[in-house]
Amino acid sequence: MSYRVRLFAVKHSRFFERLYHSVNPAIVGTLRGVNKVFGKKLDRPITAMESGLKGFLFDCKMCGNCALSKTGMSCPMNCPKTIRNGPCGGVRADGMCEVKPEMKCVWVQAWDGAARMKFGDDIKDIEFAIDHRDQGKSTWLRIARGEIAEKVSDRH
Amino acid sequence: MIDIEVPRNPAKVGTNPGDPLPRLEGHVSHGRFEQVLRAGQFAVTTEIAPPDSADPTEVLRRASLFDGYVDAINATDGSGAHCHMSSLAVCAILTRAGYSPILQVSCRDRNRISIQGDTLGAAALGVCSVLCLSGDDVGAGDHPEAKPVFDLDSISLAQTIKIMRDDSQFLSGRKLDLAPRMMIGSSINPFVPPIANRADQLAKKIDSGAEFIQSQYCFDIPMLKDFMAKARDLGLTEKAYIIIGAGVLPSAKTATWMRSNVPGVHIPDELVRRLEQSEKPKLEGRKICAEIMQQVKEIDGVAGVHVMAYRQEKWVGDVVKCSGVLGDRKPWAPEQSFANIAAIT
Repeated sequence: MSYRVRLFAVKHSRFFERLYHSVNPAIVGTLRGVNKVFGKKLDRPITAMESGLKGFLFDCKMCGNCALSKTGMSCPMNCPKTIRNGPCGGVRADGMCEVKPEMKCVWVQAWDGAARMKFGDDIKDIEFAIDHRDQGKSTWLRIARGEIAEKVSDRH
Repeated sequence: MIDIEVPRNPAKVGTNPGDPLPRLEGHVSHGRFEQVLRAGQFAVTTEIAPPDSADPTEVLRRASLFDGYVDAINATDGSGAHCHMSSLAVCAILTRAGYSPILQVSCRDRNRISIQGDTLGAAALGVCSVLCLSGDDVGAGDHPEAKPVFDLDSISLAQTIKIMRDDSQFLSGRKLDLAPRMMIGSSINPFVPPIANRADQLAKKIDSGAEFIQSQYCFDIPMLKDFMAKARDLGLTEKAYIIIGAGVLPSAKTATWMRSNVPGVHIPDELVRRLEQSEKPKLEGRKICAEIMQQVKEIDGVAGVHVMAYRQEKWVGDVVKCSGVLGDRKPWAPEQSFANIAAIT
């Protein structure tokens, strides 16, 4: 089920990009306020909400360093090699994954999704080696707290 | 950018990791391989199969098969996720004999702590070139039950080594006393999806620090020409030395098997038919390889060929000679026989 939803999200990457651009500032703004009033008290439910929503839509793995808007709405952490600058050289001729032949290559999907997006060229930026300590953290909260830059509003 | 270092003992230049070649101006390493590339020569590299053995003479015996035909030797790092002697150890044995090895680093088996440590170690042992790879998945090999690491990917790995070399620090920011002087390489596979984006992927690899590129097996010249045209349009052939992989296929059966079992290998039907119809398929396979090398050399922006002849290593010299890609140039080879070197080792 979630695999099919994931493919749907990539297919409609332009729509999800627009949604992200319109909703994300509101989410981050709200969380900034929440953070001021409640501190870390609401971290668990907020993280659970992000995990639930993004898990359903994108098979999000909660790496804490969300790159979805730069990777064609295809979550790179679903790559069996967790490649964040992909694809690898093992992609099958039909575009399926080398490791999981029943799954479309996450990075073939990513380049495909990015091609439909307004800021799709962001996929050409290099993702720095990930900080594994952020696994399980909410990217939304991290942006609200200024721990990571809000990619879209910063750049465009 | 950095001043040229003079070797401590010029008489023994290149024979001992302690006495590296002088680094030329504008070069990032002391290596002979970089000197060949930067001089604009058409480079030939090949791959050594690390032995399933603790015997250093076996490494030197395998390397000696290439004497006088190649500019650098890639030491594979658990290729196909199979366990063999480590790339670092093979490289260390080869530098002692004066060879110019390319250390292959796969992200599958080691995290950033281990990889950075090995990078310093390799540079200390005289290794001047490193090829950054993601690596085949553990499921492809003889230990499918192993834990895959994949802490970095090939691009963040190249970036890591570049930071160590150019900024003289670890990824953590901690300073190095002496930076590893290595030429950084990456791989590319223009023959599998997303084909339209493979040149963009190459651009990312070059941005991350790659100065030379070694490609997957090329059996399809028209596809390669399309890819190289895109690479030239993006100005990538000016930024990195692109070396194209050429393979020796022993039979139609092996070709068919490789197509379906080795990740990322594309072999056109036409070539398989040619091998099938040949009375001497092994000879035909070598002819095909030599032809591909000649055709590759003609393509604008290609800096060399990488000959991969798994289990047919003894034919590499023959294929290189037949192809004529070296012209009248003879790559460096050790003067002493490997048996003498083995005694020192």
